[in-house]
Amino acid sequence: MKRLNRRTRLLILTAVTAAALICMYVLGLAIPDEAVEGSFLEAGEPPSFEHIFGTDSLGRDLFTRTIKGLSLSITVGLVASAVSAVIAILVGLAAATGIKGIDGFINWLIDLTMGVPHTILIILISFALGRGFTGLLAGIAATHWCSLARLIRGEVLQLRSQQYVAISRKLGKSNRWILAHHLLPHLVPQLLVGLVLMFPHAILHEASISFLGFGLPPEQPAIGIILSESMRYLSAGMWWPAVLPGAALVLLVLLVDKLGDELKMILDPYSAQE
Amino acid sequence: MEQNKNTILEIHDLSISFRMYDSRFEQTELKVISDLYLSVSPGEIVAVAGASGSGKSLLASAVLGLLPANASLSGHIHYKGQELTPELQKNLRGGGIALVPQSVEFLDPLMKVRSQTGGRDKAKTAERTRVFKRLGLPDDTENLYPFELSGGMARRVLVSTAMLSSAELIIADEPTPGMSLEQSLQALTMFRELAREGRAIILITHDIDLAFEFADRVAVFYAGTTVETAPASDFKQGPRALRHPYSKALWEALPQNSFRPIPGSQPYPGDLPKGCLFAPRCPMRTAECMEHVPPVRQIRGGEVRCFYGS
Amino acid sequence: MRGRFFNLCSALIKNGMKILSLLLAVSIIAFVLVTLSPIDPVQQYILGLGTAISQEQREEIEEYWGVGEPPVECYINWLTNVLRGDLGVSSLYRRPVADIIGERFLSSLALMVSSWLLSGIIGFSIGCLMGMRHGRFLDRFLKKVCYILSSVPTFWLGLVLLLVFSVWLGWFPIGFSSPIGVLSGDVTFGQRLYHLVLPAFTLSLMSFPNIALHTRQKLVEVLESDYVLFARARGEGNWDILRRHGIRNILMPAVTLQFTSFAELFGGSVMAENVFSYPGLGSAVAAAGLNSDVPLLLGITLFSTLFVCVGNMVADLLYAAIDPRVREAVE
Repeated sequence: MKRLNRRTRLLILTAVTAAALICMYVLGLAIPDEAVEGSFLEAGEPPSFEHIFGTDSLGRDLFTRTIKGLSLSITVGLVASAVSAVIAILVGLAAATGIKGIDGFINWLIDLTMGVPHTILIILISFALGRGFTGLLAGIAATHWCSLARLIRGEVLQLRSQQYVAISRKLGKSNRWILAHHLLPHLVPQLLVGLVLMFPHAILHEASISFLGFGLPPEQPAIGIILSESMRYLSAGMWWPAVLPGAALVLLVLLVDKLGDELKMILDPYSAQE
Repeated sequence: MEQNKNTILEIHDLSISFRMYDSRFEQTELKVISDLYLSVSPGEIVAVAGASGSGKSLLASAVLGLLPANASLSGHIHYKGQELTPELQKNLRGGGIALVPQSVEFLDPLMKVRSQTGGRDKAKTAERTRVFKRLGLPDDTENLYPFELSGGMARRVLVSTAMLSSAELIIADEPTPGMSLEQSLQALTMFRELAREGRAIILITHDIDLAFEFADRVAVFYAGTTVETAPASDFKQGPRALRHPYSKALWEALPQNSFRPIPGSQPYPGDLPKGCLFAPRCPMRTAECMEHVPPVRQIRGGEVRCFYGS
Repeated sequence: MRGRFFNLCSALIKNGMKILSLLLAVSIIAFVLVTLSPIDPVQQYILGLGTAISQEQREEIEEYWGVGEPPVECYINWLTNVLRGDLGVSSLYRRPVADIIGERFLSSLALMVSSWLLSGIIGFSIGCLMGMRHGRFLDRFLKKVCYILSSVPTFWLGLVLLLVFSVWLGWFPIGFSSPIGVLSGDVTFGQRLYHLVLPAFTLSLMSFPNIALHTRQKLVEVLESDYVLFARARGEGNWDILRRHGIRNILMPAVTLQFTSFAELFGGSVMAENVFSYPGLGSAVAAAGLNSDVPLLLGITLFSTLFVCVGNMVADLLYAAIDPRVREAVE
């Protein structure tokens, strides 16, 4: 009975975290672009009741811009993590086929991806795709799959050596059947957790790269762009465009981290039993 | 409580429980040792014998004050007539009490043997050379890392740490498994020598045969309590000289005797019987055994925790 | 002894081969990526150099990039030049890329080395502290701090530090590795150091949680080990245990981890350099990407790969050379 309570409590906590993230996301989408347009009469105002994050040098309300930016971050994080996860699945499964050459090649590929600093690789990919939004997405997706691929490879190799898999094989089940009935049920929770844990990294990279000036046009409300703009007015003592949107981003990352931990506790039967 | 001044160590009614967390919010107490008694005098070897899971190994940690943080302890331990307080334990570690652990895992894997057996100090080096020679360890053993030692060498190095100490009480935790018969005999002979120097030795072992052979007295553990202590000679004589039904059963179960195991199994610490811990498996049990814990009684120069022991 | 030397050599050769294969692959991928770009490198390059370009220069550039030849030949052409040490000329800085990298790498190196050491020392010490107090309040508090810090983007941390220490307190300059208006030759060591403090501190704050959490974890494992139990039984106190067994068993894994973190270090320095306008490779690579300075972008990509791989190799070799168990296993 108590265990059920604890599990229920965990589920509620997870739901609350997820709901907070969804709210942020939807709110960002719901805010019309016009709401972000400011007036010069209100330029550079410090935080007040009217503008809780203050306004920027063009008089735009920073809170609405931040929310829109966070919503954009979530989009980038989701898409990039999802693509990264697909790459991870394919690579991980391929490595686990047991063919020595493929496994060796994939290890080398992972070393290669980890060998170039991610920031540089994303800049390069972004440049290749014309410095646009797609380039940013592709860059982040291309750099985040390694650890998950390794995890999947290890997991599949371990599962393959299990007796019930060997017995299924002896019973004449096809590879596809084994994949669907024995491997996927174990892999899906791992994948889900891996995906959520990848998410904060993706968001942080998105912010970093757009801060450097890649990915999005300057009028877009990405957190990186807001912070990049804020640098120009920092010496004038305008602290709010630098501090508050950044803090909001940290809050988002922490929330997603928390969601990842909670999901892990729900899905991973080992840690859930402790 | 009356203390025998001649004993080095006396344990009365010792109980050890572990707080286990089922989840973040629940905790349960696991009683691993209950109402245990034991005593050892200078020059004496007391073997503590019992199946695995009978709480033998925890005994050493309890005496040395090295139980994990989630353990709680009740009862009395006296060292040379003094109540064993945490401060006293702290002084006795590395002084009056020495531990001979089970395996090479107890040596720091990245530290050469020398540093773990006294270091480079001149007097220590001379002493170590002497002890190593006596144990038949090659000269360059001190320059080896633990992973370079063979199983037998590792055990002798562990024994040497006790010999190099000035401890009056040595607690040896399973010093023989993995050794050949010859090596075991050699190791046990060393313990006998240590006892002759006037040290008291507690030999924790599940090898009952060796316990009979080498100890002066044998304490039989069952489910975390002492069911009987008796002179080793009684165990050599056979079940009729023994007092507790479990000791008798243990004797019967030996390969050279009738090799007949006792039905059932030791109770799990979280699920101990209410009365005598052995009652559920005892052929002689009565309603009283199931209800009450029997007191310790002195019979024919031994002690037994049984209503019907004779 | 001879066997050990031989083994180190063979490990060195093996690692060297791997690094070469990785560098070759990176050069191909990077080249393909910039070729794919809708931004035409040669066109951008010429645009970057401005209108005052003679026909002669144009031909020289087109020859360097192999304009009009098939891509494979272009690549081979470029690679041969690179192997000869000719990385091309940066359109942004109008100087040979090799010179720019050499110069800026020294600046970056000062930044990375100082923050690498700082984060290593702080991280290891805090990790030891957490491990020794594990489960207590201090441990839980520091663990929270570490988790929060690892969720903070480097550049934002830099911005906040810049705001606090340079704008509000006025303790440090707002940017540049040397005072403006002073010739680079006249910049004193003290001035360089003064401009280095904030970026290095930012970078260390970003990377110490990782090493601290790792050290904590390892120390807790050591403290719960059988050999520490035995050491306690022989009378060793907490401090002895940490000094004799803890550090001995956790220092090497920590140092190895620090060497394998060169990629994060480099990535972090890109961000820190851009926030603090510090003239290293990181600010150059962002500028190169934004201004389509292809030779510089390619040059820094290759160089940073080399940097990361060397770090990994050092970690590998260090491990093989120092841990007696690995040493034995190899022999």
